[in-house]
Amino acid sequence: MDELVFLINRGVIGGLILGSVYALGAVGVTLIFGILRFAHFAHGDMMTAGAFFAFMLAALLASFGVDLPVPLALALLPVVMGLTALFAIGLDKAFYKPLRDKGARPVVLVMASIGVTLMLQGLIRLFAGTGTRDMYLNAPKDIFRIPTGGRPIVVTEPQIWLILLTILAVVALHFFLTRSRLGKAMRAVSDNPELARVTGIPLETVVKATWIIGGGLAALAGTMLALDVSLRADLAYNMLLPIFAAAILGGIGQPYGAIAGGFIIGFAETFAIFNFSVILRPLADILPFAVPASLAVVPTEYRLVVPFVILVVVLIYRPTGIFKGRVF
Amino acid sequence: MTILTPTEDRRPKRSYRRDIALFAGLGVLVALVYALQGSAYATRMLVEAAAYAIIAIGLNIQWGYAGLFNVGVMGFIMAGAFASVLFTFPVNEAFWASDGAPMLGIAILWLIGAIAFVGLVAQGRRIGLPQGLVTALTIIAGAVAFMVVSAKFDAPTTLIEREAGFIGGFGLPVLVGWVAAGVVAGLIAWVVGKICLGLRADYLAIATLGIAQIIKTFLRNADWLTRGTLTVSPLPWPTPTVQELGFLWARGFYLALTAVILLVVYLLVQRAYHAPWGRMMRAIRDNEDAASSMGKNVNGRRLEIFILGCVLIGIGGAILVHFGSIFDPSGFVDLNHTFLVWVMVILGGAGNNRGAIFGAVLVYIIWVMSEPAALALFGLARDWGNQLFGWVAPGDLDSRALQMRVFVIGLTITLVLRFAPHGVLPERLRGRD
Repeated sequence: MDELVFLINRGVIGGLILGSVYALGAVGVTLIFGILRFAHFAHGDMMTAGAFFAFMLAALLASFGVDLPVPLALALLPVVMGLTALFAIGLDKAFYKPLRDKGARPVVLVMASIGVTLMLQGLIRLFAGTGTRDMYLNAPKDIFRIPTGGRPIVVTEPQIWLILLTILAVVALHFFLTRSRLGKAMRAVSDNPELARVTGIPLETVVKATWIIGGGLAALAGTMLALDVSLRADLAYNMLLPIFAAAILGGIGQPYGAIAGGFIIGFAETFAIFNFSVILRPLADILPFAVPASLAVVPTEYRLVVPFVILVVVLIYRPTGIFKGRVF
Repeated sequence: MTILTPTEDRRPKRSYRRDIALFAGLGVLVALVYALQGSAYATRMLVEAAAYAIIAIGLNIQWGYAGLFNVGVMGFIMAGAFASVLFTFPVNEAFWASDGAPMLGIAILWLIGAIAFVGLVAQGRRIGLPQGLVTALTIIAGAVAFMVVSAKFDAPTTLIEREAGFIGGFGLPVLVGWVAAGVVAGLIAWVVGKICLGLRADYLAIATLGIAQIIKTFLRNADWLTRGTLTVSPLPWPTPTVQELGFLWARGFYLALTAVILLVVYLLVQRAYHAPWGRMMRAIRDNEDAASSMGKNVNGRRLEIFILGCVLIGIGGAILVHFGSIFDPSGFVDLNHTFLVWVMVILGGAGNNRGAIFGAVLVYIIWVMSEPAALALFGLARDWGNQLFGWVAPGDLDSRALQMRVFVIGLTITLVLRFAPHGVLPERLRGRD
């Protein structure tokens, strides 16, 4: 029983958390890829930027003595998401739109987004230093222990919020894309930009909406991740590869695929470094071989390899992803 | 030579004048560094700039000739650098005397066997199996092979780490190591290229970024091979060392050797560019479909140039790391070893090798000089802020000031792309101007 709880604590909850963060990031990447046709490398740092907006606002409120039953950064989420969305539009205006208007190739836009990544990293480190910060300003993190008879299942407050908010965001996105005019227009542009243009869909509005959704979800993911662990300047750079892997796995331009891909990558990564010998230990008497002390698919320090291997396998055998994304 | 048409005769002259003016300006800048920072310092900077220039030419032929988007430069630099360290570092007798050596040999045989096994499974279509089944079998075979091989490596590596520290090197001459650097980087490029070159450019970028991270993760954690965070030093030099000749002369000899290599690389690449091979490459870059319909093997040629570029990147990396005399896996970062090279190439002018060299030297000077400049600027801000507004700067202001370099590199990339997308020394296109 204890072993099962260990599996739930380490494997299932860890996978859900990681998967949620990846999924929220991958939706933005996949929408930008589908509509603007380039791989947005700065997406990870947009997540970090969102988390820093949340931290600064929360610190500001805390300095005025504001205290709420929920963490301040969480209560400020709508504001932070809006702020990051505006920030994303600003980035587009300043760096991507001029290139787009000049008719630059997508590769040039990718390179520009690498430039934006570096600028964001530089600015964040300049203003925030390279240390780590705790996003819980007013009270320590609530930790829930669900009794099971033996070892309890442990979930923390931000983890529960992250899972709930991810579900909420996914449902909202679904209704937006299938019911609203703008959402339908976005899907049309993603399917066929030429056709969408001649049918009179306002392209710039669609582009704006893409940045708003991408930026908002990035802020959500970044803030929640920072609440769950802690806030660092390099919070999201290492997330870039898994997020791209998730977007490609799900099929480029497919928001639902990105969500599925995010959770697949999240679980794959968590279970690849999970120590299965704990599960086998109760069976030690039955098994014909001795249970080794550590039995993980890859050692913990190689966890970055997992999403990458999945990415490469998908690229080789199914370049359009599992949800049949577009090939450009 | 008299058969040349007047236009062809005139055009190069006109643009050579621009080249000469720019390089003269660069010379003045270098002289300024010599005057301000002293000869030993400036020579060190030039050696590093020359090594970066070789790397930049490697990236330039990938991007400028063939349009390949390689953001994994750091990985190939690291791979080349480590290969050279392995070949040239003095022999570690403790390793060869211990049981670790034969055990490691057996593990390597397992590795080769596993690769062959997975390769055979992947060829399953040839005996008539359906594609889906082959795919599934290959993935399963790959996973099984990975677990078996990592189990086989477990025992020897722990033994080596315990008894001998790490495996040491082969003690060969440094120039052999540099050749090995090119070969290893080229081999990795072959594998990556085989997998990714048929895909769209963005995918290649994502894949190469990942490869670089994986090479770094491996080299940092494989303590038995690289000593990991303990670092390997001092690396041997191909020229007389600082202890024998003093800073200035030793660095001068190293610079001479590096400059000769750079010159040879430049002349060879330049020749290839003007040969039919180079014309074919540009044709493929500019219109893939047309080139393909003319019977050119687009993916084959791309693989060729990807490997060639990575060979140069590997050699450049080896030259760079031997000069620094220490192999520290944590010291390789995307910023210095990937994005800085990208700035050099796009600032200098993609597709033009003189541009790559110019960009490499100019950007490296700016990069090196920006450190004291940023510190001075922030120190000034701190003093003035303190005097005028009573502002107390955070204690880590100096380390923060250095982060501005990240920002400046990013800003340079975006600005150059926007305002001078062809760089200061653009590729000269025949028959267009």
